[in-house]
Amino acid sequence: MASLNKSTFFKSFLSYLPIIFLFFSVFNEFDFNYLKLDYFSFNFIFILIFFWTLRNPDHLGYFPIFLAGIINDVVIGIPIGLSSFCYLLICAITSYIRQITLSPKFIHDWLSFIVTVLLINSIQVIFLDLIFLYQVDYISHLINSGFTFLFYPLFFILFNILNSKILLKKND
Amino acid sequence: MVKGRDDFVIALRSAFFKKKEKQKFSLISLLILSVILIILSNFNFKLIQNIKLGINEVIYRSSYILSVPEKEIEKIISKVKLHIDLNDSYQKELIKIENLEEIKVLNNFLTAENKRLRELINENINSEEIFAKVLIDRESPYLKSIVLNRGSKDNVRIGMAIMDRNYLVGQIIEVNYSNSRALLLSDLNSKIPVTIQPPFLQAVASGTGKDHGIIEYTKDELKENQIENEAIVYTSGLGGILKPGIPVGKITNNRDQINFFSDFGQLSFVKIVEFKIGEDQ
Repeated sequence: MASLNKSTFFKSFLSYLPIIFLFFSVFNEFDFNYLKLDYFSFNFIFILIFFWTLRNPDHLGYFPIFLAGIINDVVIGIPIGLSSFCYLLICAITSYIRQITLSPKFIHDWLSFIVTVLLINSIQVIFLDLIFLYQVDYISHLINSGFTFLFYPLFFILFNILNSKILLKKND
Repeated sequence: MVKGRDDFVIALRSAFFKKKEKQKFSLISLLILSVILIILSNFNFKLIQNIKLGINEVIYRSSYILSVPEKEIEKIISKVKLHIDLNDSYQKELIKIENLEEIKVLNNFLTAENKRLRELINENINSEEIFAKVLIDRESPYLKSIVLNRGSKDNVRIGMAIMDRNYLVGQIIEVNYSNSRALLLSDLNSKIPVTIQPPFLQAVASGTGKDHGIIEYTKDELKENQIENEAIVYTSGLGGILKPGIPVGKITNNRDQINFFSDFGQLSFVKIVEFKIGEDQ
């Protein structure tokens, strides 16, 4: 009985891990997007949202993503709604990719990811620089996009392991 | 071609409008809501401002609570580092103390002289200080700022200076009921009037988005090797918001880069200061 309960708890804990990672990233002070290292940072949240909404959208809903965006905006001090808009645009792109893809392949995902990251970062920079008149460092954004793209395979492997575990538990 | 376009439209429609079983909201509705939020947050209607303040209050507090374990880990790491570096730092401190004794004597004389000269021109500078705890010091690629646990209920106002000991670190840019946000000097949007001493040049200290600042809008002397070894950057007091003479940072090796005195990543308690600069009645 105890092992059954433990298994149920573990099962639901695993399925909530993507949401926990998402909220942990936006609430905590530690930010991969700003590592205090010259020319090195990557956007973990973009990778997380892109992977889960593409491969297993049942475990990362649109509303938690919207909420995480609002929290991120408030914590880092940019206009409320901007991160939510960008995160949801990633969801829209992944949803579109899901609709047009019959057999998902890593290389297709990876290439779509760089296009997505460049598009989303451009939208964010346009909003901040041209509409809200924030001074934005273009070079560091470009480098950030590059590292986010390069780090995707690593997180793809890690998230894939987690995803297979979630699916395994689901089918048990 | 027509079929291809139809497929594209169907895929697009399905991506934006279709809800999966576990999704409570469609993507398009949340996207529209985000755009509405972006637009509304730029209006200064009282209701919107109050909602915004409420959201800020809740999220700042939650973020502070959730960051506690991470802060504890950071504290342990810094304690271990401190123990390892104890002997070296002790030797350095001894040398510093010797130098400080000399400077203190000179400083007492200069302070008294400065006070006397201000009395002669009937100028006085009063300041009100509020001590605040740093709730969140999460830096982002867009904004280098800290969130403090003092707000409008403690008489904090936009524009007040933030000081770490006697060093300037930033200015208040957003005030909520029980907390406020301060923009750090290192932020790209931060610009303050300063004086470079020696050779007494007026300039503007701008943030770079990194850990240091830069000198802008100054005479070419700075570039013409006028600074021999190092120069100290103080606030100039122009604009009347900050008092003159608050230490900001140091310029070394003839470059226009300011190394701030305060380490913005290590701020835990700061002073929120309002200066009242004026003539005696």
